[in-house]
Amino acid sequence: MPGVAAYESTFNALEPALRAAGPAWVHDLRRQGLDRFRALGFPTLREEEWRFTRTRPIAELDFAPARESPAVDSATIVARTFDDAGCLRVVLVNGRAALPAGQPLPKGVWIGSLATALTERGDRVRAVLSRGVDLDRQRFAALNTAFLTDGVFIDVTDNATVEQPIHIVHVTVPGDAPTMTHPRLVVAIGRNAHASVVESYVTTGGGPYFTNAVSELRCGENATLTHCKVQREDARAFHVAMQHAVLASNSRFSTLSVSMGGALVRNDVHTILDGEGIDARVDGLYLAGGRQHVDSHTFIHHAKPHCHSFELYKGVLDDHARGVFNGRIYVDPIAQKTDAKQENNCILLSDDARINSNPQLEIFADDVKCTHGAAIGKTDDEALFYLRSRGIAAQDARDLIVYAFASEVVDRISIEPLKQGLEKEVFDWLEQARAARG
Amino acid sequence: MLEIKNLHASVEDRKILKGVNLTVKAGEIHAIMGPNGSGKSTLAQVLAGRDTFDVTEGEIILDGESILELAPEERATKGVFLAFQYPVEIPGVRNNYFLKTALNAVRKARGETEFDAMDFLKLVKGKMKLLKIDESFMNRSVNEGFSGGEKKRNEILQMAILDPKLCVMDETDSGLDIDALRVVASGVNALRSPERAIVVITHYQRLLNYIVPDIVHVFVDGRIIKTGGKELALELEKEGYAEVAG
Repeated sequence: MPGVAAYESTFNALEPALRAAGPAWVHDLRRQGLDRFRALGFPTLREEEWRFTRTRPIAELDFAPARESPAVDSATIVARTFDDAGCLRVVLVNGRAALPAGQPLPKGVWIGSLATALTERGDRVRAVLSRGVDLDRQRFAALNTAFLTDGVFIDVTDNATVEQPIHIVHVTVPGDAPTMTHPRLVVAIGRNAHASVVESYVTTGGGPYFTNAVSELRCGENATLTHCKVQREDARAFHVAMQHAVLASNSRFSTLSVSMGGALVRNDVHTILDGEGIDARVDGLYLAGGRQHVDSHTFIHHAKPHCHSFELYKGVLDDHARGVFNGRIYVDPIAQKTDAKQENNCILLSDDARINSNPQLEIFADDVKCTHGAAIGKTDDEALFYLRSRGIAAQDARDLIVYAFASEVVDRISIEPLKQGLEKEVFDWLEQARAARG
Repeated sequence: MLEIKNLHASVEDRKILKGVNLTVKAGEIHAIMGPNGSGKSTLAQVLAGRDTFDVTEGEIILDGESILELAPEERATKGVFLAFQYPVEIPGVRNNYFLKTALNAVRKARGETEFDAMDFLKLVKGKMKLLKIDESFMNRSVNEGFSGGEKKRNEILQMAILDPKLCVMDETDSGLDIDALRVVASGVNALRSPERAIVVITHYQRLLNYIVPDIVHVFVDGRIIKTGGKELALELEKEGYAEVAG
């Protein structure tokens, strides 16, 4: 089994090139990442955080860094994501970013490749990169850091606003042998600044390949950040992603993680409410069939008083799919008047589908309102009978109910073309699931 | 049109219907009156094909054909419509989409052309006016957050749109104030036709002041024990079920 040693030898072979890419402090960070990953190794099922998710299939394959690949044309991107004509688009092909020339940016806003940012605005990046990401615990983030070369840097300075949504498209063009990418997204939203960011993970098809992404989001005082991540990887892909958001006072933050593709998917979504009066929304939607495995681990940390967090994760599992939801909410002793609500609802479309849902509330303040709920089931019989009694065939009625269930999350998206695109994708997913059942 | 013969139904070995016999002709309005827990609602659900109930004996014939083996959606396309006592809330499904899907499913099964969005809108607007339903109704989720009166009006709207032969109305008056009751009743009366039969299930006589039945049945302990004209309803109201049941 290649395991950790394989990554180390890949790193050693690449090191001269890595060292040359960007300032010295970045390379120190890479070395630190590699050390941490080497020390932690791949997780085992004995670890609480990985109890239901077996990463052995990833450890068993020998992934080579994905090669540079020609640009992917716009039509392919639209076909695999959504009609993003109104967006500022940044495309990463096999982890390398390219911002199409000629897109005018608003004043006080910098959007571009992280590799460029490291050389051209190293100090700005240094102020935020890897701040708060706990490499001592987050082994895959540590691995990402070890291979950190490119990604996207979005720097929206104080009082600036980006009207158009920023669409970051990660395209993997797989090779003959298994490949990996370690993309890094760094978003810094200054005071009173506003932006919305969509991350799409897609492929031109094929595999296996391994996407190991880290997204760092920082929201300044009274800023607004709307974030959405949509994962549509190949059925043979492994997708591990760590998202770390740090929010300052009176900011408004919403994040949605949609997971549709991939053989093995693990999302860690951490949201740190590090100021007062924050409004945070953390949503998720996962659709899985076949033998897909989708693990969502969320962590919401209320570190200051008077904040509100609302979390809604919904899942639809078919065939032999397996879902894991672990929702941890941690309320510090000083975080009085916290209002936190969490819900995880899941529909199982087959007897062989399974979900492990685990809410974890750790509350150390005494004047708070925290609730959680989980509902797991099949489609509601009452609703099904109601629709059928109006002439709608059983299977159509079931699909309609599942569609409606999923749309509660999709409907919240404020970026209209993305919302419409996802509505259609949920619908198509149901059609395919139905066709697969025969 | 409808013939129910010696119908027995149970749920988990508990017998609820114990030999129901009922014949309803086209153009007629029948009222089935009975106390709570007598099995009236079960009869309504069994007619519509709810599979939580096991039919252990008897027959349900619609236009000369047994419908017992048919799925709820097949019965609907053959013209059976149940107005629910408790219309189900379906968050996320827009009323508009729901009604159009249902109408086209029914039309398709009847070999009629499906309605496009424009035709459908025209049809719905007319019916909504009749039932004093606000147009915002159509963009709301099916029954979600509807008041009792709105839910019942939504049932009648569906009935008006799907144009069934046999309407079974289960406690349509429950939860309605007098104004809502009038609106609902006038909607139902507008749907009276020589081709259509209506079965009204209720345990109060009140509704029958507005929807005047041709025939009244007294339903006690899983069966019809007495049948008469509309005056029977008044008698029931005055004397009570125990007295009439003897």
